[in-house]
Amino acid sequence: MTTKSATTPTLKPGQARPRAAIAAKTLRTDRWWLAPLLTVIGLGAWVTYATVRVFMHKWYWVDAYHYLTPFYSPCVTDRCVEQASHFGRFLPGWWIIPDAALTLPFLLLFRLTCYYYRKAYYRSFWLSPPACAVPDGHQTYSGETRFPLLGQNLHRYFFYAAAIISLINTWDAVLAFHSPKGFGFGLGNIILLVNVIMLWAYTISCHSCRHIIGGRLKHFSKHPVRYRAWSFVSKLNVRHMQLAWITLGTLALTDFYVMAVAAEWIPDLRFIN
Amino acid sequence: MGGKRHFRVWRGDESGGELQDYQVEVNEGEVVLDVIHRLQATDAPDLACRWNCKAGKCGSCSMEINGMPKLGCMTRMSTFEENETVTVTPLRTFPIIRDLVTDVSFNYEKARETPAFAPPADLAPGEYRMQQVDVERSQEFRKCIECFLCQNTCHVVRDHEENKQAFAGPRYFIRAAELDMHPLDAKTDRKEYAQAEQGLGFCNITKCCTEVCPEHIKITDNAIIPMKERVVDRRYDPLVWLGSKIFRRPMTETVGHGETSVLGAVHAQPKGGVHSHAGGSHDPHAEAEAQRGVNWHRQVPKPTVPPVDEHGRLPLTELTFDRPAAPSPFGDDVTFPMPVEHLNYAHPEQDEKKH
Repeated sequence: MTTKSATTPTLKPGQARPRAAIAAKTLRTDRWWLAPLLTVIGLGAWVTYATVRVFMHKWYWVDAYHYLTPFYSPCVTDRCVEQASHFGRFLPGWWIIPDAALTLPFLLLFRLTCYYYRKAYYRSFWLSPPACAVPDGHQTYSGETRFPLLGQNLHRYFFYAAAIISLINTWDAVLAFHSPKGFGFGLGNIILLVNVIMLWAYTISCHSCRHIIGGRLKHFSKHPVRYRAWSFVSKLNVRHMQLAWITLGTLALTDFYVMAVAAEWIPDLRFIN
Repeated sequence: MGGKRHFRVWRGDESGGELQDYQVEVNEGEVVLDVIHRLQATDAPDLACRWNCKAGKCGSCSMEINGMPKLGCMTRMSTFEENETVTVTPLRTFPIIRDLVTDVSFNYEKARETPAFAPPADLAPGEYRMQQVDVERSQEFRKCIECFLCQNTCHVVRDHEENKQAFAGPRYFIRAAELDMHPLDAKTDRKEYAQAEQGLGFCNITKCCTEVCPEHIKITDNAIIPMKERVVDRRYDPLVWLGSKIFRRPMTETVGHGETSVLGAVHAQPKGGVHSHAGGSHDPHAEAEAQRGVNWHRQVPKPTVPPVDEHGRLPLTELTFDRPAAPSPFGDDVTFPMPVEHLNYAHPEQDEKKH
């Protein structure tokens, strides 16, 4: 064995040499705090609204036009309106149980483990780090190597669930082409449709979806169809952040519109019947 | 546009330092590196700064400008207000040498630890054939100029020195992804390696590496997240497992060249929490070799001399030469790639074939 070569400038582990002694924690002069602040405000407002609405247990169904808000789809507790319950009513109507108890937890976990939302809340709520080149708000850091954050790897399961739930939401939007006279079409239908289209776009643009649809392949040339699908999802995936925020907006808007029509604050603008 | 501007530049070394104020002339069209050079020519002739190409292609002049990791040569002075103070500091994550120069050997260590491209067993060099669609993902990562801005800005090591041992950093995640997506790479355990030895799990995808990359490589979206998903494939996905049972497909697609892991099994977690420096092998001999780094004293067999004529020159054409095609200036007995035993570079795997 030769001794360590003198020409090797390698820093051996355990001999942490000093870094530049710069007193300021960050020297950034731009408004780096604005993006995390907006995220806190945006997510905080949305979660507050959604929590209030989920536990309100009313104004989720417009009987005349069969509008059902996505926050109550599918409605499965025994307090649900019968026409709104497409999948039966088998859960007890205790106030703490959301009426869409089968889907909401999965949707919440789908967004909670989403690669975009992870970035958003790690930065804004957990300050790890609040912005690039701004110090982490914590003394130690183990990232996603341990429980509970190791669970972020389950994103794919929740993607599968979210895809099924998107089908249910699509079915709701189709059933909503209804009026007391039979077929009907109003502003509520447009809102429901836009919401469903955006939900699909958000769900399909998911990083896990991009991987499953083709990203996991080593040879695209052997799988031309999956390569095209991957290329399509990749294009959507670039917009994943925008779609994440757009769907929060469309979900809240759809829910609010259905609530407003159900509570008879406003009439639905009808185009046909 | 011209006129004097206020600059604050960190001056110092291991023993300490401080931000020093300079008034320096700035002309239209200049970049921060030009101003640093003007400082060297005027007020601060002993200011240390690493630079080379001035075109954003060598990755030498990485520094922090107003707190953001950037290339000095790619940061235009026109992006600042006329009366704005420009603060220039060295990279914070690496040990300081002097002024704006840091010791970035952390990155070279991590590079050395990452297993290299493993050629397919049944193809000789020159027989490799790849389709463009198969290599285009890897090609994005080849744009890397190794400026180490991503390594510097990543909070996993920037704010937590203790993670340097276990965490390879974004630059080596794109290397892992490049090789894992390479159509001819014969190594099948890169996912396990990325997770167990490179510390992929430490990344919480806050995307600062992507934000600072001067080559605009989508490090997080195209390398780190796909690698995380590939790890999930191997370890957590129920549908992939089901598919493998029903259709008898392998859990992940492998190269059709039958080469399995060169290293043998890589353990899911570092043994006893000890980080491997030899591609995850944990073999004491290989670890010692890798720790030793470049071994300049290794005995390399002497190659034969090139087939030169009496004037010491290689023949110009096949007509005046005794064999077809161009002769090798390295001698006839040297083939490429060179056998690893003949290199003075101590790769973790090179001694394994001997025993």
